[in-house]
Amino acid sequence: MVSKIQEALSFQQQALSLRANRQQVLAGNIANADTPNYKARDFDFTTALQNAVSGRGEGSLQLATTSPRHSRGSADAGPVPLMYRQPTQASADGNTVEMDIERAQFAGNAFFYEAGVTFLSGRIRTLQAAIQGQ
Amino acid sequence: MSILNTFNVAGSAMTAQAIRLNAVASNLANADSVVGSDGKPYRAKQVVFAATPMGSAAAQGVRVTQVVEDSSPGRKLYDPRNPVADETGYVTMPNVSVVDEMTNMISASRAYQTNAEVMNTAKQLLLKTLTLGQ
Repeated sequence: MVSKIQEALSFQQQALSLRANRQQVLAGNIANADTPNYKARDFDFTTALQNAVSGRGEGSLQLATTSPRHSRGSADAGPVPLMYRQPTQASADGNTVEMDIERAQFAGNAFFYEAGVTFLSGRIRTLQAAIQGQ
Repeated sequence: MSILNTFNVAGSAMTAQAIRLNAVASNLANADSVVGSDGKPYRAKQVVFAATPMGSAAAQGVRVTQVVEDSSPGRKLYDPRNPVADETGYVTMPNVSVVDEMTNMISASRAYQTNAEVMNTAKQLLLKTLTLGQ
Protein backbone atom coordinates (compact mmCIF):
# COMPACT_ATOMS: atom_id res chain seq x y z
CA MET A 1 0.00 0.00 0.00
CA VAL A 2 2.68 2.43 1.05
CA SER A 3 4.85 1.44 -1.91
CA LYS A 4 1.86 2.06 -4.24
CA ILE A 5 1.57 5.60 -2.88
CA GLN A 6 5.30 6.03 -3.32
CA GLU A 7 5.10 4.80 -6.91
CA ALA A 8 2.31 7.26 -7.63
CA LEU A 9 4.43 10.13 -6.36
CA SER A 10 7.93 9.09 -7.38
CA PHE A 11 7.87 10.53 -10.91
CA GLN A 12 6.94 14.02 -9.71
CA GLN A 13 9.38 13.69 -6.83
CA GLN A 14 12.24 12.96 -9.21
CA ALA A 15 11.21 15.77 -11.54
CA LEU A 16 11.13 18.22 -8.61
CA SER A 17 14.50 17.13 -7.29
CA LEU A 18 16.04 17.60 -10.75
CA ARG A 19 14.42 21.02 -11.08
CA ALA A 20 15.89 22.01 -7.70
CA ASN A 21 19.27 20.73 -8.84
CA ARG A 22 19.10 22.72 -12.07
CA GLN A 23 18.04 25.84 -10.14
CA GLN A 24 21.24 25.48 -8.13
CA VAL A 25 23.40 25.15 -11.27
CA LEU A 26 21.78 28.21 -12.88
CA ALA A 27 22.22 30.22 -9.65
CA GLY A 28 25.90 29.31 -9.80
CA ASN A 29 26.11 30.64 -13.36
CA ILE A 30 24.45 33.92 -12.38
CA ALA A 31 26.67 34.23 -9.30
CA ASN A 32 29.81 33.80 -11.42
CA ALA A 33 28.85 36.29 -14.14
CA ASP A 34 31.99 38.33 -13.32
CA THR A 35 34.45 35.52 -12.55
CA PRO A 36 37.27 35.29 -15.13
CA ASN A 37 37.51 31.96 -17.01
CA TYR A 38 34.27 30.63 -15.51
CA LYS A 39 32.36 28.48 -18.02
CA ALA A 40 28.56 28.48 -17.79
CA ARG A 41 27.12 25.00 -17.20
CA ASP A 42 23.75 23.35 -17.47
CA PHE A 43 22.19 19.93 -18.10
CA ASP A 44 19.53 18.64 -20.43
CA PHE A 45 16.49 18.25 -18.22
CA THR A 46 14.61 15.80 -20.48
CA THR A 47 17.52 13.33 -20.68
CA ALA A 48 18.27 13.68 -16.97
CA LEU A 49 14.65 12.95 -16.05
CA GLN A 50 14.50 9.95 -18.41
CA ASN A 51 17.68 8.59 -16.86
CA ALA A 52 16.43 9.21 -13.32
CA VAL A 53 13.07 7.53 -13.95
CA SER A 54 14.64 4.46 -15.56
CA GLY A 55 17.27 4.28 -12.81
CA ARG A 56 20.09 4.99 -15.26
CA GLY A 57 21.11 8.17 -13.47
CA GLU A 58 24.80 8.45 -12.74
CA GLY A 59 25.37 7.14 -9.24
CA SER A 60 21.67 6.64 -8.59
CA LEU A 61 21.10 4.43 -5.58
CA GLN A 62 18.43 1.79 -5.14
CA LEU A 63 17.67 0.35 -1.72
CA ALA A 64 18.54 -3.33 -1.48
CA THR A 65 15.42 -5.43 -0.85
CA THR A 66 15.53 -8.98 0.43
CA SER A 67 11.78 -9.51 0.60
CA PRO A 68 9.03 -8.51 -1.83
CA ARG A 69 7.29 -6.80 1.09
CA HIS A 70 10.13 -4.34 1.53
CA SER A 71 9.42 -0.83 0.41
CA ARG A 72 11.44 0.00 -2.72
CA GLY A 73 12.50 3.47 -1.77
CA SER A 74 14.83 5.25 -4.11
CA ALA A 75 17.44 7.68 -2.97
CA ASP A 76 18.21 11.03 -4.54
CA ALA A 77 18.77 10.87 -8.31
CA GLY A 78 22.46 11.51 -7.63
CA PRO A 79 24.77 13.84 -9.48
CA VAL A 80 23.73 14.77 -13.00
CA PRO A 81 26.48 15.07 -15.64
CA LEU A 82 26.85 18.76 -16.36
CA MET A 83 27.61 20.17 -19.80
CA TYR A 84 29.10 23.47 -20.84
CA ARG A 85 26.96 26.05 -22.55
CA GLN A 86 27.96 27.17 -26.05
CA PRO A 87 28.39 30.95 -25.86
CA THR A 88 27.10 33.20 -28.61
CA GLN A 89 29.32 36.07 -27.48
CA ALA A 90 32.11 34.97 -25.16
CA SER A 91 33.88 37.71 -23.20
CA ALA A 92 37.58 38.46 -23.46
CA ASP A 93 38.28 37.17 -19.93
CA GLY A 94 37.15 33.63 -20.84
CA ASN A 95 33.81 33.89 -19.07
CA THR A 96 30.91 32.33 -21.01
CA VAL A 97 28.00 33.43 -18.79
CA GLU A 98 25.38 35.31 -20.80
CA MET A 99 23.09 37.01 -18.35
CA ASP A 100 20.00 37.19 -20.59
CA ILE A 101 20.09 33.44 -21.31
CA GLU A 102 20.78 32.53 -17.68
CA ARG A 103 18.01 34.78 -16.37
CA ALA A 104 15.51 33.37 -18.87
CA GLN A 105 16.46 29.77 -18.01
CA PHE A 106 16.33 30.56 -14.29
CA ALA A 107 12.84 32.08 -14.53
CA GLY A 108 11.64 29.20 -16.74
CA ASN A 109 13.04 26.61 -14.36
CA ALA A 110 11.40 28.33 -11.37
CA PHE A 111 8.08 28.26 -13.22
CA PHE A 112 8.40 24.53 -13.98
CA TYR A 113 9.36 23.86 -10.35
CA GLU A 114 6.15 25.56 -9.19
CA ALA A 115 4.22 23.62 -11.81
CA GLY A 116 5.76 20.40 -10.45
CA VAL A 117 4.72 21.31 -6.90
CA THR A 118 1.17 21.97 -8.16
CA PHE A 119 1.04 18.59 -9.97
CA LEU A 120 2.34 16.82 -6.87
CA SER A 121 -0.25 18.56 -4.68
CA GLY A 122 -2.99 17.49 -7.09
CA ARG A 123 -1.70 13.93 -6.94
CA ILE A 124 -1.73 13.96 -3.15
CA ARG A 125 -5.28 15.35 -3.11
CA THR A 126 -6.42 12.64 -5.51
CA LEU A 127 -4.97 9.93 -3.29
CA GLN A 128 -6.51 11.50 -0.20
CA ALA A 129 -9.93 11.60 -1.88
CA ALA A 130 -9.54 7.92 -2.81
CA ILE A 131 -8.58 6.99 0.75
CA GLN A 132 -11.42 8.90 2.36
CA GLY A 133 -13.90 7.50 -0.15
CA GLN A 134 -16.17 10.50 -0.08
CA MET B 1 17.58 20.30 0.00
CA SER B 2 19.35 21.67 -3.01
CA ILE B 3 17.19 24.81 -3.08
CA LEU B 4 18.80 25.85 0.21
CA ASN B 5 22.15 25.66 -1.57
CA THR B 6 20.90 28.30 -4.00
CA PHE B 7 20.82 30.69 -1.04
CA ASN B 8 24.48 29.97 -0.32
CA VAL B 9 25.47 30.48 -3.97
CA ALA B 10 23.58 33.76 -4.37
CA GLY B 11 24.76 34.89 -0.92
CA SER B 12 28.41 34.28 -1.79
CA ALA B 13 27.98 36.30 -4.97
CA MET B 14 26.38 39.16 -3.03
CA THR B 15 29.25 39.18 -0.54
CA ALA B 16 31.81 39.20 -3.36
CA GLN B 17 30.06 42.03 -5.18
CA ALA B 18 29.82 44.01 -1.94
CA ILE B 19 33.59 43.69 -1.48
CA ARG B 20 34.07 44.88 -5.07
CA LEU B 21 31.79 47.84 -4.37
CA ASN B 22 33.88 48.62 -1.27
CA ALA B 23 37.04 48.64 -3.39
CA VAL B 24 35.38 50.98 -5.88
CA ALA B 25 34.33 53.33 -3.08
CA SER B 26 37.88 53.30 -1.70
CA ASN B 27 39.37 54.02 -5.15
CA LEU B 28 36.96 56.85 -5.90
CA ALA B 29 37.43 58.40 -2.46
CA ASN B 30 41.21 58.33 -2.89
CA ALA B 31 41.31 59.45 -6.53
CA ASP B 32 43.25 62.56 -5.43
CA SER B 33 45.22 61.20 -2.45
CA VAL B 34 48.80 62.00 -3.45
CA VAL B 35 50.20 60.69 -0.16
CA GLY B 36 49.04 57.39 1.34
CA SER B 37 49.95 55.83 4.69
CA ASP B 38 53.27 54.64 3.22
CA GLY B 39 54.18 58.12 1.95
CA LYS B 40 53.59 57.12 -1.68
CA PRO B 41 50.58 58.00 -3.87
CA TYR B 42 47.47 55.84 -3.39
CA ARG B 43 47.26 52.82 -5.74
CA ALA B 44 43.95 51.59 -7.15
CA LYS B 45 42.77 48.34 -5.56
CA GLN B 46 41.03 45.61 -7.59
CA VAL B 47 39.39 42.42 -6.32
CA VAL B 48 39.96 38.99 -7.92
CA PHE B 49 36.96 36.64 -8.15
CA ALA B 50 37.19 32.86 -8.31
CA ALA B 51 34.50 30.19 -8.57
CA THR B 52 34.31 27.92 -5.53
CA PRO B 53 32.17 24.80 -4.97
CA MET B 54 29.41 25.20 -2.37
CA GLY B 55 28.08 22.03 -0.77
CA SER B 56 27.81 20.07 -4.00
CA ALA B 57 29.83 20.12 -7.23
CA ALA B 58 26.84 21.48 -9.12
CA ALA B 59 26.65 24.63 -7.01
CA GLN B 60 29.45 27.04 -7.80
CA GLY B 61 29.68 30.10 -5.59
CA VAL B 62 32.07 33.04 -5.78
CA ARG B 63 34.77 34.14 -3.41
CA VAL B 64 37.27 36.97 -3.45
CA THR B 65 40.70 35.30 -3.56
CA GLN B 66 42.75 38.47 -3.20
CA VAL B 67 42.75 42.22 -3.45
CA VAL B 68 45.51 43.35 -5.81
CA GLU B 69 47.01 46.80 -6.27
CA ASP B 70 47.02 48.22 -9.76
CA SER B 71 50.68 48.49 -10.85
CA SER B 72 50.16 50.93 -13.74
CA PRO B 73 52.05 54.24 -13.34
CA GLY B 74 50.16 57.19 -11.84
CA ARG B 75 49.52 60.24 -13.98
CA LYS B 76 51.86 63.22 -13.54
CA LEU B 77 50.54 66.66 -12.74
CA TYR B 78 52.66 69.82 -13.09
CA ASP B 79 52.27 71.74 -9.82
CA PRO B 80 55.59 73.16 -8.51
CA ARG B 81 53.93 74.76 -5.48
CA ASN B 82 52.74 71.41 -4.13
CA PRO B 83 54.92 70.29 -1.15
CA VAL B 84 55.20 66.72 -2.55
CA ALA B 85 56.28 67.86 -6.05
CA ASP B 86 59.61 66.41 -7.27
CA GLU B 87 62.58 68.55 -8.38
CA THR B 88 61.08 69.04 -11.88
CA GLY B 89 57.80 70.30 -10.40
CA TYR B 90 55.67 67.22 -11.14
CA VAL B 91 53.33 65.55 -8.63
CA THR B 92 52.56 61.83 -9.09
CA MET B 93 48.81 61.36 -8.73
CA PRO B 94 47.06 58.04 -7.85
CA ASN B 95 46.54 55.65 -10.81
CA VAL B 96 42.76 55.58 -10.24
CA SER B 97 40.74 55.78 -13.47
CA VAL B 98 37.46 57.38 -12.47
CA VAL B 99 35.70 56.16 -15.64
CA ASP B 100 36.79 52.56 -14.98
CA GLU B 101 35.63 52.79 -11.39
CA MET B 102 32.21 54.13 -12.40
CA THR B 103 31.65 51.25 -14.86
CA ASN B 104 32.87 48.84 -12.17
CA MET B 105 30.36 50.33 -9.75
CA ILE B 106 27.43 49.96 -12.18
CA SER B 107 28.44 46.36 -12.99
CA ALA B 108 28.77 45.47 -9.28
CA SER B 109 25.42 46.97 -8.32
CA ARG B 110 23.62 45.24 -11.22
CA ALA B 111 25.17 41.90 -10.30
CA TYR B 112 24.16 42.43 -6.66
CA GLN B 113 20.56 43.15 -7.70
CA THR B 114 20.42 40.07 -9.92
CA ASN B 115 21.62 37.82 -7.11
CA ALA B 116 19.12 39.37 -4.69
CA GLU B 117 16.44 38.44 -7.21
CA VAL B 118 17.78 34.89 -7.45
CA MET B 119 17.44 34.64 -3.66
CA ASN B 120 13.87 35.93 -3.82
CA THR B 121 12.96 33.30 -6.41
CA ALA B 122 14.56 30.56 -4.30
CA LYS B 123 12.55 31.76 -1.29
CA GLN B 124 9.32 31.67 -3.30
CA LEU B 125 10.05 28.10 -4.42
CA LEU B 126 10.78 26.98 -0.85
CA LEU B 127 7.54 28.54 0.42
CA LYS B 128 5.66 26.88 -2.43
CA THR B 129 7.21 23.54 -1.47
CA LEU B 130 5.96 24.01 2.11
CA THR B 131 2.38 24.13 0.80
CA LEU B 132 2.72 20.61 -0.68
CA GLY B 133 -0.31 18.43 0.10
CA GLN B 134 -2.48 21.22 1.45
